[in-house]
Amino acid sequence: MSRRYLIRRILIAFPVLIGTTLLIYAMAFALPGDPIRRLAGMHLISESTHREITQRYHLDDPFVVQYYEYLKGIAHGDLGETFTGQDVSSIIAERFPVTLKLTLGAFAVEIVLGLVAAFVAALRRATFIDSFVLVSTLVLITIPVFVLAFLAQLMIGVKLKWLPVAGLQHGWLGYVLPWLVLGVGSAAAVGRIARSNLLDNLNSEQIKAATARGLPRRRVLGAHVLKNALVPIVTILGLDLAALMGGAPITETIFNLPGLGQMLILGVRTENGPIVVGLVTLAAMIFIFTNLFVDLLCAYIDPRIRYG
Amino acid sequence: MDSHLGQTAEVALGPLMPELEPDAAPDATLWGDVVRKLRKDPRFIISAGLIVVFCAMGLVPRLFTGADPKSCDILNFAQRPSSGHWFGTDILGCDYYARVIYGARTSLIVGFVVSGFSVAIALTLGSLAGYFGGITDAVISRFADVWFSIPTILGAILLLELIHGGGPIIVALVLVLFGWPDLTRLVRASVLSGKERGYVRAARALGASDGEILFRHILPNGIAPIVVYAAYSVGAAIAGEAALTFLGVGLRLPTISWGLEISIAEGRISQDPHLLFFPALFLCLLVGAFVLLGETLRDALDPKVARRG
Repeated sequence: MSRRYLIRRILIAFPVLIGTTLLIYAMAFALPGDPIRRLAGMHLISESTHREITQRYHLDDPFVVQYYEYLKGIAHGDLGETFTGQDVSSIIAERFPVTLKLTLGAFAVEIVLGLVAAFVAALRRATFIDSFVLVSTLVLITIPVFVLAFLAQLMIGVKLKWLPVAGLQHGWLGYVLPWLVLGVGSAAAVGRIARSNLLDNLNSEQIKAATARGLPRRRVLGAHVLKNALVPIVTILGLDLAALMGGAPITETIFNLPGLGQMLILGVRTENGPIVVGLVTLAAMIFIFTNLFVDLLCAYIDPRIRYG
Repeated sequence: MDSHLGQTAEVALGPLMPELEPDAAPDATLWGDVVRKLRKDPRFIISAGLIVVFCAMGLVPRLFTGADPKSCDILNFAQRPSSGHWFGTDILGCDYYARVIYGARTSLIVGFVVSGFSVAIALTLGSLAGYFGGITDAVISRFADVWFSIPTILGAILLLELIHGGGPIIVALVLVLFGWPDLTRLVRASVLSGKERGYVRAARALGASDGEILFRHILPNGIAPIVVYAAYSVGAAIAGEAALTFLGVGLRLPTISWGLEISIAEGRISQDPHLLFFPALFLCLLVGAFVLLGETLRDALDPKVARRG
C-alpha cells in the first residue's frame, strides 16, 4: 500500500465525518420551528428547562457556534443529555456490550454461512446444490428482518421450544436466535456476491495456469482463488455494516435485548429526541471509520488499488 | 453482443436458465436480444406476472374484493380464516383479506416514488460527476459520501421522528434522501468507464457536443446496471417502508399498510398467527418479485453472466 493512498484516504474521511455530523445536527436543530419543542415531542417542558437547554446547546448563538460547541462535545465523548437529565454517553456505555455481542455474532453468521454457501455453490456449479443455494439465498434476501424474527420466534421458540423466545434470562442462549435472524439475510447477500466472484476467478487464466503447473487443488483455491475474490467480499462486508445497524433496532426490539437499538426505538416511542440524535451520530461515525478501515485493508490486500 | 456466445452460454446455465431455440433470430441488437431472453426466462414470467397482479391490486382493489376494509364489526374480532373471511378478521373485526388487498397500493406508491426519484437524482448527479470530473466530481462525490454515511434506516428513523411521520409520499421521500448516493455512485462509475471507450473518443473527435456524447453514447451503453438497480430499489424501498412503519415511525392509521397490520398484530402473533402470515406473505411476494426481476434483468443484460452461471 502506497503511503500516498493511505494519507489521501484518511484525509477524505475528515470532511465526510464533519459533513455527516453537520447534517445530523442541522436536521435536529436547524429545521424550521423550535428545536426544543421538536426534540421534546409530547413532553411538557418547563420555562426553566427550556432556558437551560437553550443555554446548553447554545441555541441563542449563530448556527456555526452551536455546531462548533456540538462538535467539541463529540470530541470529548459528550453526546448530549436526555430530557430526564441522563447523560446520553453513559446510557450508550451501559448498553453498548449487548449490541456489540449481537452484531459480532450476526457478523460471524454472515461470514461463515455466506462464504461456505458461496464456496460450495461455486465448486459445484450448475448442480442441485448450486441451484439450492441460489434459490434459498434469494428467498432469505426477500424476507424482511422483522418477519423473519417473528417466524423464528414462533417456530423455534414457541413450537419447538429449542431456544428462548426473547430476553436474556437464559444467558447467551438468548442471543442465538437474534444472531441467526440478523445474520442470515446478509449472509445470503454476501453468499451470492462471493459465489459470482469465485466463479469469475475460477475461470480466469491465472487459475488455469496455476492448475496446469500442477499446484494442489487446495493451494489453488486457498492461495489464488480466495485471495483474488477477497477485495470485493471485504468491501461488501464493510458496506453491509449499514444493514446490520439498520436491523439491530428491529432485532433488539422483537427479542427484547437491552442494547442500543432497543434504546433507539424506546427513544422514538417516548419521543426522546436527544437519544435518537446521539445514537444516529454514533452509528454514522462507526460506519465511516469501519469503511475507512475496509478501504485501507483492501489496498493492503491488493496493491493495485490507488484511489478511493 | 455475440449471439453465438449467448447460445453456448445459456446451455451451460442449467435448470435456472431458459433454453434458446436453435432457430432463434440471429440479428442481435442489445435490446432485441434482451427481450428475446426475457420472454423465455421462467423467472421473468413469474416476477413480471406477480408485479402486474399487484399493480392491478393497487390500482383497482375492487377487482379482488367486494368488502370494504374500513367497515368493521368489533364483535367479530381476530377470527380465524373462514369461507366468509378468507384471511380471517383483524383485532378490530375488519375483513383481513380486504385490508391486505388494499395495502398493496401504499407499498407500490412508496416503491415507485423511491425508485423514480432515486434514478432521476442519480442520473443527473452521477453523470455530472463522472463526465466532468475534477472539482464537480469532488464536490458531488463528497456530498454523496456524507449522505451515504448515515445508514438508510437509521437516518429515516431520525428524520421521521423529528418531523413526526407522514403519509406514503413523505416516507418515500425520506427514503430517497438517504438512499440516493448508492445509485449515484453506480451511475458515476458507469459514466466514468464509458467515457474512455473507443466509440466515445471517436464521437468526440468528430466534434460531438458534451450533451450528445453523454445522452447518445455513454448513457445508453451504460444503462444496464442502472435498470437492474432500479428494479432492486423498488423492492428495497417497499421493505424499508414496512420496517419503518413496523417500528412506529412510518405510516399511521388510517393508512392501510402491510407493515402497519403486522405492527398492530405484534402482541397476538402466537395466538393468531394468521394476523402475521397474510400481510407478511404479500410483502415477501412483492419484494421478492422486484428482486427476482432485477436478477433476471441483470442476467439478460449482461453477456458475461453466461460464464458465471
